[in-house]
Amino acid sequence: MSELIDFLIVSLVLVAIGIYGLVVKRNAIRMLFSIEIIANAANLNLIAFSRNLPNAQGQVFALFSIAIAAAEVAVGLGIIIIAYRLYREIDVEEFRSMRG
Amino acid sequence: MADPIFIAIAVMTIGSAIVALESRELVYGAIALAISMLGVAGFFLILDSPFVAMFQITVYVGAVAVLVIFTVMLVRTQALFSTTEDKGRKLAGIIFMLIFIGGIGALLLLSGINDPKFGNLQGPVIDFTTIGKQMLTYYAPALIVLALTLAGSVIGALALARREDMEQQNERTY
Repeated sequence: MSELIDFLIVSLVLVAIGIYGLVVKRNAIRMLFSIEIIANAANLNLIAFSRNLPNAQGQVFALFSIAIAAAEVAVGLGIIIIAYRLYREIDVEEFRSMRG
Repeated sequence: MADPIFIAIAVMTIGSAIVALESRELVYGAIALAISMLGVAGFFLILDSPFVAMFQITVYVGAVAVLVIFTVMLVRTQALFSTTEDKGRKLAGIIFMLIFIGGIGALLLLSGINDPKFGNLQGPVIDFTTIGKQMLTYYAPALIVLALTLAGSVIGALALARREDMEQQNERTY
């Protein structure tokens, strides 16, 4: 039977991978992937503690969090497509100015 | 100790999260990200919350992954290969990641959260009717704000994706 600590360690590893991606990668889409991985790790923590306490609020918060993350991906990908149209590039170091 | 199903899902989730960031082609990275999110949904099933697991599969694997794959197709393939990657920065990132895992992991293990009387998962299972009741009573304002946020983000994404130059061209041809 799994314990709470197992889920917390998996979540910790996912957050670490996400931070690594945000620090190292320069591709804008890969940075968006990293943000998604971090958001998933946070959701996993919420559900694990909701099961441990046990309390339904963790699950409600996880549902809200998933919906917000979906909206964030839609807007983020829209911004990436605009930036690609302006610069012909999705390398974040090439985005020198925010002027259209 | 953890059971074999947990270990299998953990390996799948973490492995495909690494593949999502490190694969050479971005399309494979997007597919690996979808598999990683499927693994997180598996964790939700292990934690006896099937409603959130199904929501996760619908939203992440169903919507977000497809959206990402379409975006990858819209962006020119040559721009997807990030060849100029700094070796020193990558090494520093890996070292920082390991220090982060070691530090927070030691903190977690020393915090006494793995004490069997506190860190167990033996409590009563939460029924999803409880979630529905909470969402429609106590969290009803938050639900409305969430709906407005989603509508606003969809309208914002549509406004971002509009091409003014092409619209003007179309008007001229009429």
